[in-house]
Amino acid sequence: MNLWNRLMCYCRRRSPWLFHMNSGSCNGCDIELVASLTPRYDAEQLGVRLEGSPRHADILCITGPVTHNSVEAIKTVYGQVCGPKAVVAIGSCPATTNVFIDSRTLDGPLNRHIPVDVFVPGCPPRPDAIIQGVAKAAAILAERGNKLPVESVMVPIGESTCACADATQPAAGEVQP
Amino acid sequence: MNLTTALARLLIFPGLLFAVPAAWFFLWVERKSVALMQGRIGPPFMQPFYDFIKLLGKSTPPRSGVGGLLMMMWPLLAVSAAAGAVGMLPVLPSSGGFEGDLILLLALLELPSMCVIAAGFSSRSIFGEIGSAREAALSVSYNVVFLLAIVSIAASQHTFRLEALAHLPASPLHWLGVLAILVCLPAKLHINPFSLPNAEQEIYSGPMVEYAGPELAMWELSHGLEWVAATGLVATLAAPHFAAWWLAAMVFVALSFVVVLLLSATAAATARLQIDTTVRFYWQCTLIFAVLAISSALFMRFKS
Repeated sequence: MNLWNRLMCYCRRRSPWLFHMNSGSCNGCDIELVASLTPRYDAEQLGVRLEGSPRHADILCITGPVTHNSVEAIKTVYGQVCGPKAVVAIGSCPATTNVFIDSRTLDGPLNRHIPVDVFVPGCPPRPDAIIQGVAKAAAILAERGNKLPVESVMVPIGESTCACADATQPAAGEVQP
Repeated sequence: MNLTTALARLLIFPGLLFAVPAAWFFLWVERKSVALMQGRIGPPFMQPFYDFIKLLGKSTPPRSGVGGLLMMMWPLLAVSAAAGAVGMLPVLPSSGGFEGDLILLLALLELPSMCVIAAGFSSRSIFGEIGSAREAALSVSYNVVFLLAIVSIAASQHTFRLEALAHLPASPLHWLGVLAILVCLPAKLHINPFSLPNAEQEIYSGPMVEYAGPELAMWELSHGLEWVAATGLVATLAAPHFAAWWLAAMVFVALSFVVVLLLSATAAATARLQIDTTVRFYWQCTLIFAVLAISSALFMRFKS
């Protein structure tokens, strides 16, 4: 790896810009994502910035169990994020559809539609788990560059307070389509 | 001024070699001071540099035709205008030759804002167009005050030459003009409470909505250079005259830093205003001071 690539890798890891998208979430995870930017957790220390436009973002953060209505929007926004990009699925809903499983209004889980790099399970996950997930996604992004994703990573639940979901969420490959 | 010193001023100090790191530094100071005022730790020192390099390595959406060419051109034009404005600031004492004047500096300072308006419209996104319309309305509002303030300074000192303006002894009118410029700076730099054109969640960053990768990096850089140029303008107008060049340079940097801190504190303490409130603020509250300043400047001019 030459010097420019090493510098690029270093900078990508330290400057993850997020775009937040809700695919029918109950708003629990959305609040926790915003909480991770507040003074108590302060994700900006890692260079995290919540961006307004998907064109500016590196990491797409998706919450919610993926309703029928949101599928096209998810695909569009995923296409609008310029490469290299990564996807973080926040909460148990995009990983397994959670308590809404078998609902006829859903078309989840998320990895049926777009490749997901990091799952952050929890209902909702704690802000520190979300920050860890974003940091992992940034590290994956830095190593991968413009190549396509190979497999998903799961952030261990750790101390996240899980009210309703099972603590052992299946990994991406095991999810029933 | 011979060719070597002219090139040194344009390329080294206060030109590109100083301006680009200073732009990143001021962007960092802004983010860090806002973070500290909110009780956070904030981004690391090199953050704007990391962001810039990362954006250089990202891809841009494919665009074709004249529209694509224009969209690529606006950020480059904005960066070169802002860099030229920084290079023209009369920080160091010169020795004759072309020094540039206030009118050229004002034109160069105005060009990035024009580029933002044009960029929003050429992106053909509805959010970009709303942002551009806001920027145009904002520009019409603050520029009246900004230009009147600068003209009143120039009229009170009987010159448009930057060098002379920076070195003449200051009058009370001069300070009134500097104050009016300071009131306009948050709108010129698009920071709170006048961050209407690039409102992130409201209109998806406005004119920047379709920009990505290296083009967005150029916008970030031009924003940083605008910080350096605008705070540098205030610093040169407010700084006392020093014979030693190193002392002049140090006072310039220190004063710019103080202005950045002042603007960041304003940004951290306020929330975004609506466009009609902003326009009313400039046309009703601050215009009267600018008119007073220029009328008294002209009055003194005719009396003397």
